Amino acid sequence: MMTQPPSSQFWLTCPFGERATQVFLGVLFAALLIVTVLHVAVPQGSPLHVNAYTVNLFGKYLSYALLAVAVDLVWGYLGILSLGHGAFFAIGGYAMGMYLMRQIGDRGTYGHPVLPDFMVFLNWDSLPWYWQGFDMAWFAFAMVLLAPGLLALVFGFLAFRSRVTGVYLSIITQALTFALMLAFFRNEMGFGGNNGLTDFRELLGFNLRSNDTRLGLFLATGVALALGYILCRAIVTSKLGRVCVATRDAEARTRFIGYRVERFQLFVFVVSAMLAGLAGALYVPQVGIINPSEFSPLFSIEIVLWVALGGRATLYGAVIGAMLVNYAKTVFTGVMPDAWLFALGAMFVLVTVLLPKGVAGLLQKQRRKKTPTITKEATA
Amino acid sequence: MRRFLSLGFVCCLLLSLSLTAQAQTNVTPPDDKSAYALLEALDVDSYRDKGEAITAVLQSDDERARDWLQALLDGRLQRSDDGRFIVVLDNSGRNWPVADALTGEPLGEMSRRELDRIGINNALRNQLRSAIAVVDLYSPNVERRRTSANRLLGEVDGELLAPINELILEEDDGQVRNRLSQAVAIYRTEQGEMEGVEALTGSLHPRARVALSRAAHGDDPVVADAARNALASVEQNLKINRGVETLYFGLSLGSVLVLAAIGLAITFGVMGVINMAHGELMMLGAYTTWMMQQLLPGQPGLALVLSIPAGFLVAALVGVAIERSVIQFLKGRPLETLLATFGISLILQQLVRTGISPLNRTVITPEWMSGSLVINDALSLTINRMVVLAFALVVFAGLMLIMRRTRLGLEVRAVTQNRAMARSMGIRATRVDIMTFALGSGVAGLAGVALSQLTNVGPNLGQNYIIDSFMVVVFGGVGNLWGTLVAGLSLGVINQVLEPWAGAVLAKIIVLVFIILFIQKRPRGLFPQKGRAAEG
Repeated sequence: MMTQPPSSQFWLTCPFGERATQVFLGVLFAALLIVTVLHVAVPQGSPLHVNAYTVNLFGKYLSYALLAVAVDLVWGYLGILSLGHGAFFAIGGYAMGMYLMRQIGDRGTYGHPVLPDFMVFLNWDSLPWYWQGFDMAWFAFAMVLLAPGLLALVFGFLAFRSRVTGVYLSIITQALTFALMLAFFRNEMGFGGNNGLTDFRELLGFNLRSNDTRLGLFLATGVALALGYILCRAIVTSKLGRVCVATRDAEARTRFIGYRVERFQLFVFVVSAMLAGLAGALYVPQVGIINPSEFSPLFSIEIVLWVALGGRATLYGAVIGAMLVNYAKTVFTGVMPDAWLFALGAMFVLVTVLLPKGVAGLLQKQRRKKTPTITKEATA
Repeated sequence: MRRFLSLGFVCCLLLSLSLTAQAQTNVTPPDDKSAYALLEALDVDSYRDKGEAITAVLQSDDERARDWLQALLDGRLQRSDDGRFIVVLDNSGRNWPVADALTGEPLGEMSRRELDRIGINNALRNQLRSAIAVVDLYSPNVERRRTSANRLLGEVDGELLAPINELILEEDDGQVRNRLSQAVAIYRTEQGEMEGVEALTGSLHPRARVALSRAAHGDDPVVADAARNALASVEQNLKINRGVETLYFGLSLGSVLVLAAIGLAITFGVMGVINMAHGELMMLGAYTTWMMQQLLPGQPGLALVLSIPAGFLVAALVGVAIERSVIQFLKGRPLETLLATFGISLILQQLVRTGISPLNRTVITPEWMSGSLVINDALSLTINRMVVLAFALVVFAGLMLIMRRTRLGLEVRAVTQNRAMARSMGIRATRVDIMTFALGSGVAGLAGVALSQLTNVGPNLGQNYIIDSFMVVVFGGVGNLWGTLVAGLSLGVINQVLEPWAGAVLAKIIVLVFIILFIQKRPRGLFPQKGRAAEG
């Protein structure tokens, strides 16, 4: 763990953090700009042209990156290894999916003015109560944040109050997402069962199948990532964030000093869940489907790998990790699908054993080599 | 079980001897002319005459009667254009292989057009069924007599009553006797006789219940009353039986959970190592069983017995390899251990998928483990589940012995409580780590061997159990083997109790939510460790 200076001198170390933020935001916006220019201005057929498929793919990666930032916030700074963040991601996605389903209106296969196709298929005659209101965009978008936030609030309240931490928390978060996956697979739940929600048409009046909407979603996701990053950065550099780090490194001591540790944990956990929900909501219109497989424990644990590979407790490491792993996944599953699980498994082992600080750790080490004096002052 | 079978066999032999003796002395074999007349009587238009003809065939003492009646029932008794009676041996194809009904000689193949079927209606079909059952009651084969006695439940009519009562007196096999008495009692009850109702009290067979409920609405108030009482006691009895069945299924599921979790209880509970690849070690155990059966074709039982040590060894070796190559470098970092072992689980799964097959493999259940133990009409317990339950208890007892009574167990407990102190007392902690991990992994292999008898053996076998096993360990209290046993069995039973009214998936969700809430209430499980060990 990095040694943390006392809080009175905190702003002294802030510039490093600030610079990381500046560099990160700079790189992110440059990337967004370059992709947009290459997509719009460069004519098709030119080797530099970025096609709509790639823009969509990058948009997907960006929503994953936001999800990874959310996980890094709780794992990196709070020491809570959540193996169930996929659940919050999926719930946010379902909230968005429900809105998109209602937008289909009577253009579904069965042409029912209100009920989505799968409900007509199941012979339901009216909309279940929890589907009410999702035809209004503001309500659905609020639910994107509130639904995962509420689940995290209840779950976290129970867990942190009784001081369930460490491995135990990891295991029950995994059980949580597993239970939700089984529940969402049931047709009776009213979320489309196995097939999930799909066949979306438009979002806020924009046709989801047009390339311009895809570019817009890509940019929106990029902006959301930037905002999420800044929010997390603000949390971890505030006094609140320092209590979090103290909790991570010595929970009992922090409690003895007089902090109500569980409240800090609960607050950060809920914020992280909401960010994950937002990521899910941005993910769904870009891939065009949401189904219970997003709840699978494997997906949740994969998110943790992104963070571990990028380097925990850096935030930007989580983004790097999400990008790298998902790019590798795209390449591998395209070229040799059988090898992907080998590669993923090997990454888990190698990262934890050989690269505990991830890619960000490597970057920092390089920095330190170049400018040894600064590090000395900072750690002294 | 085996003694019972051999007794039955001797009975059967004796019976067949006496029957053949009878046949040689008393019955003169009927000549073919009278047999032809019997069959000819069947080929009439009136169904009533046909019914009488069937009775005549039945009373003819002809050895071939059963075959004829069976053929008639199946629509395979036919008449050829030249007036001969023909038994069609197989009427599935276009051309039918046929045989002469009287001589039994095969006559080659005939087409549908050359033959004329002797038709029957539903009433005759019923008559034929019970007639065949009655013929079978005289068969020297005990199994055949049992089946036919079973078939007669609820099918007895006035004509059959006298011969069946006679047979009950002559019958040697208790089961057949019992069944026949019940069949008679059902008939009596249907006739509204008090005697029948009394005899049926306590009988769990569905036909008996039908007869009783019919009698409960009968004319005679005394009999109806008695029938109602009998019915109520039967329902009560059925409820108990259903309860026992649920308990049995629950314990069986619980024993699987215990087997899956107990190895984890050692590596996680005692060593504090999270091994997410535990499920894959179980999978390797199951695949070892499959491999053994491939190596010893035709001897699934022997292969299964041999795969117990083999499965243990394979899983233990892989476990040690994992410990040495990865886990030892992550000492004191449980979350990282969790991630790394998860990676290993992915690799192992994919290895099996590419190395063997992504599809499920079939593991044969040996004969002595298949079938079920019939307790009564409403309750029968499958033997393979019973064996697995017993196996789980034996494994548990063995582990208890190792942890409590051996040098290794002592050292493991010492290292768990205080590693530095244990080392300074001369215990080689690294060696203990390896041994403990090998033990926990080996038990996972044993669980896999047992599971191969209950579920599909495929690459995902372990994945399906890993979350459940962690739940069991955490629910029971980490570091406590008794807790694991109690937690596993009770979770299994809870699951089975919930299943009938909630459905399988919802029951599982309820159990998961229950455990999640339970851990909030008691973070250290059902049986928390006390004293010094708890601090680790």
